[in-house]
Amino acid sequence: MSKFNKGGGKELPAISTASLPDIVFMLLFFFMVATVMRENTLFIENTLPSADQVEKLDKKSPIMYVYAGKPGPGYKKYGTEAKVQLDDKMVSNVTEIQNFVQENRNRVGETQVGKLLAALKVDRSTNMGLIGDVKEQLREVNQLKINYATVNGDPTKKK
Amino acid sequence: MAKRAAPEVNAGSMADIAFLLLIFFLVTTTIESDTGINRKLPPKFDDRITPPIIKQKNLFTVVVSKDNQLLVEEQPMELKDLREATIAFLDNNGDGKCAYCKGKKDENLSAHPNKAVISVQNSRETNYGSYIAIQNELIAAYNFLRNREAQRLFGESFLSIVQKWKKAESDEEKEEWDKKREEIKKLFPEKISESEAKE
Repeated sequence: MSKFNKGGGKELPAISTASLPDIVFMLLFFFMVATVMRENTLFIENTLPSADQVEKLDKKSPIMYVYAGKPGPGYKKYGTEAKVQLDDKMVSNVTEIQNFVQENRNRVGETQVGKLLAALKVDRSTNMGLIGDVKEQLREVNQLKINYATVNGDPTKKK
Repeated sequence: MAKRAAPEVNAGSMADIAFLLLIFFLVTTTIESDTGINRKLPPKFDDRITPPIIKQKNLFTVVVSKDNQLLVEEQPMELKDLREATIAFLDNNGDGKCAYCKGKKDENLSAHPNKAVISVQNSRETNYGSYIAIQNELIAAYNFLRNREAQRLFGESFLSIVQKWKKAESDEEKEEWDKKREEIKKLFPEKISESEAKE
């Protein structure tokens, strides 16, 4: 009589799924913490160019975002030419950047004005003419600290 | 009347609810990647200051044409060769006074890293992507040389010095790393001038 091979046909007990909610909750909390809700709805296409000599933005210093690119699908009412977007508005005249900078300076307060950084989030297929105009406007109001937002990648490889 | 025990609530659907929330957050998550190339714009042009005259050999002209072709010193070049060419230009040591340079002392390239200026010209139709790619290569050249000097002087890469400077907790620490950072920066000062090219 075999000692080990007893009870041939006995069903395996079902695996308890009681801890499944715990696992899922753990994942849930991770994503809740890691999530940053998009502040602005983008009306434009915004595929950032790639670069590998990048620096991380210092989260402690105040940042304002200047977006630029061609109007995305569904926003063709803004035309087909590349445009600048500030906060939630499409801007047709780049001189509005001056007001935008001023508003942000008021928002961050006098002591932080020197640290204010303008991050340019520009679509990679935009013409440099528009960027040149934007930079010209920033110089006009003496906002000299800028950052070209990029994604990590090797730019010498063809996109 | 007999006291009845409260029936246990079925927790079986808890997983479903949690999954639903999980999927919502998965979809809305954009893990922010706030990285980029930091630049400082030149202050507004002042008419009273006449631009200094730069010798031709100390000037490294990089032109990006409107169809995104790269012209370096009036010669067409592939993007992948730009980094090498920039390093050769900066590290050239034309006048032999730069003790830390390892360049070839070519007559047509820069005399000293302090004097070397890179001029980037782009047309209005140039692609932003190619512009960034070129900026990236130029910065890579500077970083390469600065890393080399940092390794020699402090046994550490320039980037790690910058990292430590940023992360430093106390003021003394910060000052110490800042001093090292400035010292390296002085050896290879970044002089990139930008202009819109004439058509």
